[in-house]
Amino acid sequence: MNSVERLVHMANQIATNLATDAAPVAAVADHIQQFWDPRMKKMIFAHGTAGLSPIAAAAISLLADAQNGA
Amino acid sequence: MTYQPQNDFGTPESRSDETVSLTIDGRNVTVPAGTSVMRAAAEQGTSIPKLCATDSVKSFGSCRLCLVEIDGRRGTPASCTTPVEPGMVVRTQTPHLAKLRKGVMELYISDHPLDCLTCAANGDCELQDQAGAVGLRDVRYDVQATHLGQEKDHSNPYFDFDPSKCIACSRCIRACDEVQGTLALTMEGRGWDSKISAGLASDNFLESECVSCGACVQACPTATLVEKKVVEVGTPERSVVTTCAYCGVGCTFRAEMRGEQLVRMVPYKDGKANRGHSCVKGRFAWGYAQHQERILKPMIRKSISDPWREVEWDEAFAYTASELKRISAKYGRNALGGITSSRCTNEETFLVQKLIRAGFGNNNVDTCARVCHSPTGYGLKTTFGTSAGTQDFDSVEDTDVILIIGANPTDGHPVFASRMKRRLRGQDGRPGAKLIVIDPRRTDIVRSPHIEAQHHLPLRPGTNVAVLTAMAHVIVTEGLADEAFIRERCDWDEYSHWAEFVSQARNSPENLQPVTLVDAEELRAAARLYATGGNGAIYYGLGVTEHSQGSSTVMAIANLAMATGNIGRRGVGVNPLRGQNNVQGACDMGSFPHELAGYRHISDGNTRKLFEDDWGVTLDPEPGLRIPNMLDAAVDGVFKALYCQGEDILQSDPNTAHVSAGLAAMECVIVHDLFLNETANYAHIFLPGSTFLEKNGTFTNAERRIQPVRKVMTPMNGLEDWEVTQRLAQAMGLDWNYTHPSEIMDEIARLTPTFAGVSFARLDEAGSLQWPVTADAPDGSPIMHVDGFVRGKGKFVVTDYVPTDEKTGPRFPLLLTTGRILSQYNVGAQTRRTENVAWHPEDLLEIHPVDAEDRGVKSGDWVKLASRAGETTLRATVTDRVAPGVVYTTFHHAVTQANVVTTDFSDWATNCPEYKVTAVQISASNGPTEWQEEYEALSTRSRRVETGIAAE
Ligand code: SF4
Ligand code: SF4
Ligand code: SF4
Ligand code: FES
Repeated sequence: MNSVERLVHMANQIATNLATDAAPVAAVADHIQQFWDPRMKKMIFAHGTAGLSPIAAAAISLLADAQNGA
Repeated sequence: MTYQPQNDFGTPESRSDETVSLTIDGRNVTVPAGTSVMRAAAEQGTSIPKLCATDSVKSFGSCRLCLVEIDGRRGTPASCTTPVEPGMVVRTQTPHLAKLRKGVMELYISDHPLDCLTCAANGDCELQDQAGAVGLRDVRYDVQATHLGQEKDHSNPYFDFDPSKCIACSRCIRACDEVQGTLALTMEGRGWDSKISAGLASDNFLESECVSCGACVQACPTATLVEKKVVEVGTPERSVVTTCAYCGVGCTFRAEMRGEQLVRMVPYKDGKANRGHSCVKGRFAWGYAQHQERILKPMIRKSISDPWREVEWDEAFAYTASELKRISAKYGRNALGGITSSRCTNEETFLVQKLIRAGFGNNNVDTCARVCHSPTGYGLKTTFGTSAGTQDFDSVEDTDVILIIGANPTDGHPVFASRMKRRLRGQDGRPGAKLIVIDPRRTDIVRSPHIEAQHHLPLRPGTNVAVLTAMAHVIVTEGLADEAFIRERCDWDEYSHWAEFVSQARNSPENLQPVTLVDAEELRAAARLYATGGNGAIYYGLGVTEHSQGSSTVMAIANLAMATGNIGRRGVGVNPLRGQNNVQGACDMGSFPHELAGYRHISDGNTRKLFEDDWGVTLDPEPGLRIPNMLDAAVDGVFKALYCQGEDILQSDPNTAHVSAGLAAMECVIVHDLFLNETANYAHIFLPGSTFLEKNGTFTNAERRIQPVRKVMTPMNGLEDWEVTQRLAQAMGLDWNYTHPSEIMDEIARLTPTFAGVSFARLDEAGSLQWPVTADAPDGSPIMHVDGFVRGKGKFVVTDYVPTDEKTGPRFPLLLTTGRILSQYNVGAQTRRTENVAWHPEDLLEIHPVDAEDRGVKSGDWVKLASRAGETTLRATVTDRVAPGVVYTTFHHAVTQANVVTTDFSDWATNCPEYKVTAVQISASNGPTEWQEEYEALSTRSRRVETGIAAE
């Protein structure tokens, strides 16, 4: 696995484990915001949503939008 | 300070609340009911002569030296076996007693070699003292020589057994039984013929069941059982109280010294974690501190293919600072980072993270807790609001049901295991606690002398969450949840959501049995026992955290405790058993990239402001890189410099090939350690470290107990570790001027609310303090969440079982799980450099007889262990401790490199590596793999020092 593939794997793993949360997309976005360093976030934003599960994809889009909006 | 042995009150303390008053030698004394006359006398300062009694074990009444006279009683009862009674009038010194005692002593001495002057225990021998105390001057009997001149047993590497000096007091047997719980010793024969032996008469100590804890040596009143070191250097002349630097139990010791030479480490009776007990590591395995392989001078080199060049400290600091500045200028400040150590003190750890945040200008700091207990931090913070265990160790005395999951306390946390065993066996008529063990392996505690777990659930590795969810299913659907507790303490809606989830039929034990391989009826019985058996306490270890669902498992454990009301008082709770001595402290000190000391997120502006004002810098509000992320970034070419204090990531982190690729891609790897460890093969700068005997500071154990570490000798390398970090910071231009670690603790206390009341002065006064230490709790907090959870309401989190991505298949049909063994510690850098290798000379692979037979493997054969990540070889041992389909090994030896085969799958929330599950294949082999040979060559090349003499 190279770094981007690993990030995709991690995001999916987080999404699977938070799928039972009351608001899974927000929970995943919040988790990534809290624990990933800026470069990791930038890398996955640049990579886009390919290979991401629906929850992970929505969370990444949510974060990317917040980042751009800010 | 001259040498004083620790006080011995003769018999154990009574825990009764009732008191009794009596008169001893004309003086009035009040003691708890159940106290012996001997102890009552000792408490008022009167020492009654004694030989077979000591306060670590129950009295036995065999030597008859402690006789006293009691008004209204006939004869002369033994004071050690006579409990006090109200109004009793006792005399301890009368002419009649003196005569009797002299007679007893005379008999003992007639059967004892009279070579006191050349005896190792001369001056520290109770037989000698008591002969003096009773005024024995001559012996009327012929020396009977019934058991003189017997062969000594030197087999234990740390202590000798000289049966000729034995007085058959049985203190050693009772200590092994009552204090340690191993029952390795027996008495053969009767009267003057009686003889102590380890196991069978044919066994010596090393080959017996003895685990070398030292309790018998401590209890022995003569030189029969004596430390080899005392034989070698003589008896100590002063002592300093300090804390063990090995495991998270955090035992307190007296370092007993002769000049600057350490004679022995003796467990301290007033130590609140260990209460006078110890294990082989802390008690004896400190020889590494003076090992010849210790590096004492800084060394540098341009490239890792160059030999090392020794330099002075000044040059080392100047060079290191210039390299860090060069890299920061060239690649940006985020190219730098560091790793703090769970082996170092709180103060040292705090300084390293401060250097990174304030000096490097980023949050790229992580700690070795990443690879062990980071899920504990995440899981307990989410559910309870604080990243720590809820109890003190004493709490186990009030536990009725002990649930151990993914921990092997007799090997990993031996002193606490002994305390657990005491509780499991019951005491003084109180029945023992019940035991549930959830572990793929039949660990020693499942079945040991006088202990048998009520339930052992040998689950398939990687299915912890499924097992815990099934237990929750039983508790909720059978109406065993403590709803009153939940309504009062937890968020009811979250509970209802969780209860509804766990109640689903798919989470029943029957339905999950094919996944977990745990018998459903057995699981139901275990769940019922935990929920209804009285005070239930959960103890867990790395078998919980080191999984892709490590954080979920911690939360599932927290859910169970809340659902059954087992939180917030003595005897219950959720208790992580920490691996290294200061894992708790390293986490507390802000070693994680996303949080500052006291578990406050770096994005929290108020907290940041507090630190910024104190430190005079601006802090980055974004989280930094965790260790695996650092290695990825290094391979990507953007992470270039690493300051690694007291950790050997190459050996301890998963997927060695990936770690070495990351390290090899960096331009400046700084290793700050005692030895040229495996990571140092890739280092450019080596800063020699100091041992725990050479510095002042504090460690925090698994009970949140902050304990002093005291310097007993000058650092051989010249500087304490905190001084090294400070000098490096100064070289980088930071204005740091700490003159003593106490000033660092003052800064920690000033910036961390849970440490507000901590200072070295307070610690000296109290001995130790359990955080939070605040205005409300100035003496610390033994038990947490007493009147409600730290986060407010306890939070139930739904934890759905997600199978790991690491799956067995035709190529890799077995599951490998890893662990540790009593005599060795972590990557073994310390213990391998002690006599402890006598017990564990190499890592072995445990394999079930069926799997072994399929592959034609016998015990002692070399086998190849291969996974998707890599392969290594080691020797096999065939045993049914592991289930079919499961293999097990330890990771204490660098040559084995068990992590060559572990993968880089990790916990979803924290990236804690999944050490406990790797799909593997085993096959016959005739020697080391190519990797092992190449690595061996690299190590030899990399350890050259320019003088031409290899350092190792
Ligand atoms: S060292 Fe410990 S285990 Fe060994 S015999 Fe003595 S008390 Fe028992
Ligand atoms: S070895 Fe020491 S403690 Fe054990 S019976 Fe002999 S004298 Fe007593
Ligand atoms: S149990 Fe742990 S802290 Fe105690 S002596 Fe052994 S290694 Fe040291
Ligand atoms: S000390 Fe009481 S009988 Fe030995």
